[in-house]
Amino acid sequence: MKLVKLCLAAFIICTLGFLVRINAADQVTISWWHLDTQTDYQAEWQKMADDFMAKHPNVKIEITVLENEAFKSKIATVMQSGNPPDLFRSWGGGVMNEYADAGLLKDITKDVVGTKWGKSIGKGAFGVYSYHGKYYGAPYDMGAVGIWYNKAIFKKLGIKPFRTWSQLIAGVKKIKAAGIIPIAVGEGDKWPGHFWWVYLAVRIGGKEAFNAAYSRKGSFKDAPFVQAGKKLKELVSLNPFEDSFLSQTWNDEAALVGNGLAAMDLMGQWAPYTMASEATNKKGLGDDLGWMPFPLVEGGAGKPTDVMGGGNGYIIGKNAPPETVEFLKYITSLKNNSLLAGEGRITPVVIGADKALKDPNQIAIAKAASKADYYQLYYDQYLPPAVGEVVKDAVQTLFAGTKSPQEAAQMIDDSFVANKK
Amino acid sequence: MRAKKTDSQYTLSSRKKKNFTTAMGFLIVPLLFYTFFVIAPVFQAAYYSLFNWNGLGPITNFIGFKNFVTIFKDSVFLTALKNNFLIIVLSLLLQLPTALILALAIGRRFKGSTFFRSIFFLPFILSEIIAGTVWTFMYNPQFGLQNTTLVNLIPALKNFSFLGDPKHVFYSIFIVIWWKYFGLHMVIMIAGLQNIPDEVVEAAYVDGVNNFQLNWHIILPLLKPTILISVFFSIIGSLQTFAIIWAMGRGDPVHAAETMVTYLYKFGFLRFSLGYGSSVAIVIFLICLVFNILYQRSITGQEQQSG
Repeated sequence: MKLVKLCLAAFIICTLGFLVRINAADQVTISWWHLDTQTDYQAEWQKMADDFMAKHPNVKIEITVLENEAFKSKIATVMQSGNPPDLFRSWGGGVMNEYADAGLLKDITKDVVGTKWGKSIGKGAFGVYSYHGKYYGAPYDMGAVGIWYNKAIFKKLGIKPFRTWSQLIAGVKKIKAAGIIPIAVGEGDKWPGHFWWVYLAVRIGGKEAFNAAYSRKGSFKDAPFVQAGKKLKELVSLNPFEDSFLSQTWNDEAALVGNGLAAMDLMGQWAPYTMASEATNKKGLGDDLGWMPFPLVEGGAGKPTDVMGGGNGYIIGKNAPPETVEFLKYITSLKNNSLLAGEGRITPVVIGADKALKDPNQIAIAKAASKADYYQLYYDQYLPPAVGEVVKDAVQTLFAGTKSPQEAAQMIDDSFVANKK
Repeated sequence: MRAKKTDSQYTLSSRKKKNFTTAMGFLIVPLLFYTFFVIAPVFQAAYYSLFNWNGLGPITNFIGFKNFVTIFKDSVFLTALKNNFLIIVLSLLLQLPTALILALAIGRRFKGSTFFRSIFFLPFILSEIIAGTVWTFMYNPQFGLQNTTLVNLIPALKNFSFLGDPKHVFYSIFIVIWWKYFGLHMVIMIAGLQNIPDEVVEAAYVDGVNNFQLNWHIILPLLKPTILISVFFSIIGSLQTFAIIWAMGRGDPVHAAETMVTYLYKFGFLRFSLGYGSSVAIVIFLICLVFNILYQRSITGQEQQSG
């Protein structure tokens, strides 16, 4: 009896020890950095992590949430220390390429090319997260930047959505005369303002001008880019922005529109959600929020289908455990992509998820993004990081009136030449 | 007796040796830390500053002293340098005199003097980021103090932009620096005041001086060493101003409130030019070093004079 008990005890201990050893050996931690500080958005990402951890008990996902600008600063220093997080937010483009060149990202091409997952996401969107044929992450959102406007204010003043730049200028003057802030811009953050200049360059110079400048057959000092600065200056001279716009943030900008104090806002597809969460009533404009594409510039070479925009996605750090790819696939599953689409937070990239779109504005954005022949990722992410910073600084000088359109274009071109690989 | 004498002489030098080894024993660890975390990085930064390197991967792209040439040709750096010196000048002209006057007013014990010392010192305890964030809220044009309170007192302030106007942003931030640090200097000077023996003050009163003469002719000269300490800390601190600027707009708009350290962070780290950032760090280091040497020289010179 004693011997049996002893053997049983030994057996149990060995089994437990064996199990513990297995778990300890297989336990992986995934560090995940994202930017969605709003309580409900955070909760949704957390739920995805919890659901995944429930299905994969050996995986622990540690989430770090950072505010947008804080994230950009922190990720820069973390990359320079050579220790990237396992899964983190990215907008693709030149910034991502720089990390890839330095060998800081995991190459997941074999999980993408020719696989079911790879085919489930729109090719154009997925391409934003590739570089020299290799894939480093995946998008979950790829939309377009456009002008969000307050339909009630427009109706009251008898203004129709703008098709051309001169119509926009006329509209701005009318709104200003009525004592309402025509345009909200968080130029303290610099990237919201740079949308204006980039879109003007897209409308005036089109695909050809950008490709010429990028490939050095032309330059960023060419006429379309200087013209873009001139048109921006024309807008700035009307004083259409809120007080202290040079020190305001994107959140301030969203609050102004959400509270009905500003009539227009040039922003991406994530705008309505932020506007609602920043508004005092926590609901924003609701049905009064409309979306129109950026107007055409008379005489410009750009096509009406050209789109400037971008999205959101996650890329994978070089030290990430293989389960990270599985988790990324889970985040970008049809179910989860449709969930976020249905809430109006994103323009979905998974094929079939657009059926979940309910908001007419979001549907319009999804259509515009899919029809675009020339899809330009915003310059501050598309160009190498150093050049992106200079573009933002240069455009801020145009908003502040401290440099001329030629000087701003020169600044950008000099930086591009100095940083081109 | 003779034996004892030789004994004590022998013991003295061995005690000295023992003291020395004990001292070295305690010092060796901090010395290692200091070398590893302060001295070595200076040399490392000097090495990196000779490269045009983006900070990712191994170091590449030797360019010699080109970075230093670029620094002094960049108008943004020159603005930053100017701003640093402006902080020094304004601190010496405004902040330190405020601290001094308050120290003289509440330095001596009276009912409530401790209370005043505490509240004046409070801003110093806040972290720079918190102080900057709170003041940014106060300066907010939509819901800050301006539109709610200040315009009732000073109507001209209605469209005044504290942080959004490149002409104003530096001075708006300087007010916060002034508010935050005058308490520190005040406390330093109060400590200095308390080193002045009461007999001197009593004797002066007996001689019939009024308060102004007392302060100007007697207390101030006696307070000189303390004032010099305040000046030293103020200048070194001014040269390294970063967090308060970063919390209140990161030196923008259009680099109007840029300082050398925010310049380093932006143009070094954020633009992925670690070599360039290192060269800026070396420039800041050299400026501080030169200032330190000149300052110590002039102090010892003065001490020798007043003998």
